[in-house]
Amino acid sequence: MNCRVISYLFVAVTIMFSTTALAAAPIKIGGLFAVTGPAAFLGEPERNTANMVVDEINKAGGVKGHKLELVVYDTAGDATKAVQLTTKLIKDDKVVAIIGPSTTGETMAVIPVAEKLQVPLISCSAGSKITDPVKKWIFKTAQNDSLAVGRIYEYLQKSKQTNVAILSVSDGFGASGREQLKAQAAKYGIKIVSDDTYGPKDTDMTVQLTKIRGSHVQAIICWGTNPGPAVIAKNARQLDIKTPIFMSHGVSSKKFIELAGEAAEGIKIPSGKVVVADQLSNSDHQKKSLMSFVKDYQKHYKTEGDHFGGHAWDAVMLIKNAVEKGADSPQSIRDNLEKTRGFAGIGGTFNYSPQDHAGLGKDAFVLVEVKNKDWVVVK
Amino acid sequence: MKRELIKFICFSLFVMLMPSFFKGGYLMNVLVFVGINTMLAIALNLLLGYAGQISLGHAGFFGLGAYLSGIMTVTYGWNPWQAMPVAAIAVGCLAYLIGFPILKLKGHYLAMATLGIGIIIYIVFNETYDLTGGPSGLSGIPNLELGGIVFDTDVKNYYLIWTFTLAVVLFSINLANSRVGRALRAVHDSEVAARVVGVNARLLKVQVFALSAVLSSLAGSLYAHTMTFISPASFGFNFSVELLTMVVIGGLGSVYGSFLGAALLTLLPEFLRSANDYDIIIYGGLLVIMVMFMPGGLVRGIPDLFKKVFKTKGGADHA
Amino acid sequence: MSLSLLSRGEMQFDQLLQYTLSGLSTGAIYALIGIGFSIIYNATGIINFAQGEFVMLGGLFTLTCLDLLKLPIWAAVPCAVVASTVAGLLFERLAIRPLKAPTPINLVIITIGGSILIRGLAMLAWGKDTHSIPSFSGDDPIAIGGATILPQHLWILAITVIIIIINKYYFYYTISGKAMRACAYNRRAAGLVGIDVRRMVLFSFLISSAMGAMAGIIVAPLTMTAYDVGVMLGLKGFCAAIIGGMSSGMATVVGGLLLGILESLGAGLISSGYKDAIAFIILLLILFIRPQGLFGKADSERV
Repeated sequence: MNCRVISYLFVAVTIMFSTTALAAAPIKIGGLFAVTGPAAFLGEPERNTANMVVDEINKAGGVKGHKLELVVYDTAGDATKAVQLTTKLIKDDKVVAIIGPSTTGETMAVIPVAEKLQVPLISCSAGSKITDPVKKWIFKTAQNDSLAVGRIYEYLQKSKQTNVAILSVSDGFGASGREQLKAQAAKYGIKIVSDDTYGPKDTDMTVQLTKIRGSHVQAIICWGTNPGPAVIAKNARQLDIKTPIFMSHGVSSKKFIELAGEAAEGIKIPSGKVVVADQLSNSDHQKKSLMSFVKDYQKHYKTEGDHFGGHAWDAVMLIKNAVEKGADSPQSIRDNLEKTRGFAGIGGTFNYSPQDHAGLGKDAFVLVEVKNKDWVVVK
Repeated sequence: MKRELIKFICFSLFVMLMPSFFKGGYLMNVLVFVGINTMLAIALNLLLGYAGQISLGHAGFFGLGAYLSGIMTVTYGWNPWQAMPVAAIAVGCLAYLIGFPILKLKGHYLAMATLGIGIIIYIVFNETYDLTGGPSGLSGIPNLELGGIVFDTDVKNYYLIWTFTLAVVLFSINLANSRVGRALRAVHDSEVAARVVGVNARLLKVQVFALSAVLSSLAGSLYAHTMTFISPASFGFNFSVELLTMVVIGGLGSVYGSFLGAALLTLLPEFLRSANDYDIIIYGGLLVIMVMFMPGGLVRGIPDLFKKVFKTKGGADHA
Repeated sequence: MSLSLLSRGEMQFDQLLQYTLSGLSTGAIYALIGIGFSIIYNATGIINFAQGEFVMLGGLFTLTCLDLLKLPIWAAVPCAVVASTVAGLLFERLAIRPLKAPTPINLVIITIGGSILIRGLAMLAWGKDTHSIPSFSGDDPIAIGGATILPQHLWILAITVIIIIINKYYFYYTISGKAMRACAYNRRAAGLVGIDVRRMVLFSFLISSAMGAMAGIIVAPLTMTAYDVGVMLGLKGFCAAIIGGMSSGMATVVGGLLLGILESLGAGLISSGYKDAIAFIILLLILFIRPQGLFGKADSERV
């Protein structure tokens, strides 16, 4: 333990010394993203965004004279790799904070490592159990699944559609959503009539939908990430299902509309505000951050930035703010992170506290609907 | 036999001195997984290399060991040292039971049946939420503890895992050189001929299958207690294929070959990491090239390579 | 009361019909991929784990032809098949033929390495996103009894039938087809009577990569396509081929359809989460009862 303190002191002193000297030492941040593999749709925009934001901060002169240096590794969505790479980031690259991993499974796997080696980690994945119970070194920027489920259920309760069917993908994302859907149903007076799943690589879901059609529900809630939900939308159109369909924030990008085509019309999802950034009123706190993120991403990568990239945007900015307040060691960055109040990012307005390392409220999600091949806020 | 012993002692020394080169850096962590994968590759090699029976479902047995250990310690509060052998015995019994009908099959039918078993096990991990935590995984698995030492760092885990791995190596070498090993090779070459000389081929195959599953389960338990978190994704069809690749690339029917194969396939992605998105292409390409130029696996290919190099340099013929 | 029973029965019949139709259309794809497996297996003894990648290539090449080259769909499809077939031939030439010691297990690892390589290249070329491809003739559902299918399903069934007929014709009425059958029975004997066995191996890769690509193209409008779709489809095709006893004729078609229907009935009637497990358990039982495959060696035509 002593050894650690001494080494921290040593690092702190060297950094202090070098700040006063000519060039400030760069601040090293680690990034763990699932850039390849089944969760690449998360990892790729996250990595791109993190690289983009760090570049821009450095172009603008860095943070308090320090350049930021981002060391990114690809976990391929594999928990074993994520654990190994966390160790590598901390022990070999000596980073002061880590952004990622992209999926809940990987995050749960690396938590013990980050806790033991005492480096702050800002996860980009959504599982509620990451920060519940609160762990000293672990924060997250992705909105909790429970908030997304709450948004849908609120709407259903208001429109008196109480009998619903669930169709979720059998991976970590779907399982976590399904758990929340079941857990919160009673609170909103919702009755889950049928509960089905499909495999992440399945190519036809007419069977599940036929079964659901037979159970006469008032709404279908599908929890998954592309391409599954697009197949489901097409299958529902094939079967002429008129029941309103709700999906998760996992498909909150233009890609879903592109894949499902006509079949996407009328589908509602809870989503981060990024897909409807241009439709927000100017009084919205997040508008400034959202527009700058959307514009930058378009400029750098020639495609639309989505809210997954936004998780990384928020994480980099949170760390930047912590450093700005005079932190440069893992310990002080962690302490400053916890003091974050009213930071308007992409995912929502963050308020961390010793009791809350997720930091977002219900306003993080809006309910949006596909109309004329675009996302529109449901009033 | 004496040569074997010297080889083993050299290998053990090599393994045990390894940590002093790395001083607890990140590579230690990867070497822990090399140990686990070596154990798995040896387990599969006993079946494939010695008895000549293919399995595309070994990730399933690996996963069963991990999950049984995990569930017994997390949900039921068992001591990991009790959970590990219980898991291994349970998996062994299961393999023994399904071994009889499955090993009646041959060639691609056997491949498909074992693949089916692997996929069924994987789906069970995914679907039995209450037991396994489903796709989100099972966390909070305790580390192993021995005489007050908790195995919670890479260096400690390294010695723990490699102690087991070395034991498996020694056991397998002895088995291969025993009467059983000779009988196995006889079955491999010709089942009919083996029967004629009095080997109960069918029972022997099932026994090796069960033994292989037990070793895989043991590796699984160790994996669970080292990682402290497991999720079904680590035990899918892809990993079964990767194990098969380790065994073949290393060299069929060679214990040290399994080590070489496991080490290469575990370390390779680490060296390819700087190649970013190109790593998967290089990895695939290397597999093809290696089989092409070292059809007998690394364990035979590397000495051949040395011989060639020495010959071209005009040195003495070492053969 | 009897009325309600009747309507209930009717509804269940509609459901069953839908399950069966869904199963048949997925099964047809499994069958096409499975036949590709069998053709190569019979000519060379290789279980080609890269077979699924040609399915992927078919879909993605079609995408390129449509989007980049702006070809109409009727021209894009043959172009994509040709492109994938060239990839198949290159694979045979560069990876299979130069092998010094072609033991079955080495060949398996080569095809695994090859499939990883092809998948990686596809990831670089087309990115990691999923892409959609327009249907051949619209998306307006067609009602059959109480069930509905899409025009694309009819395309799938029709093209599958046509390919099977062409296949049959090729293997039984052309010289090179007969030569390939000879190779399947006994490679050495075939070589002795003057058949160029290596050429037949190349042919087998040609045919099966073309068939795989075709399967990938006709299914892409329904399922969408991405660089990694080949893994799962290849696996299912492999199972179809095994059930069919590695025949490149009707037995594998039956195997594919059976697998498709088992999956969809399993999902519809028992549990959607366990549907693959149910299908595999039934397949295992079949293998346990008939270790020589569903159709047995004696009855099946091993092309």
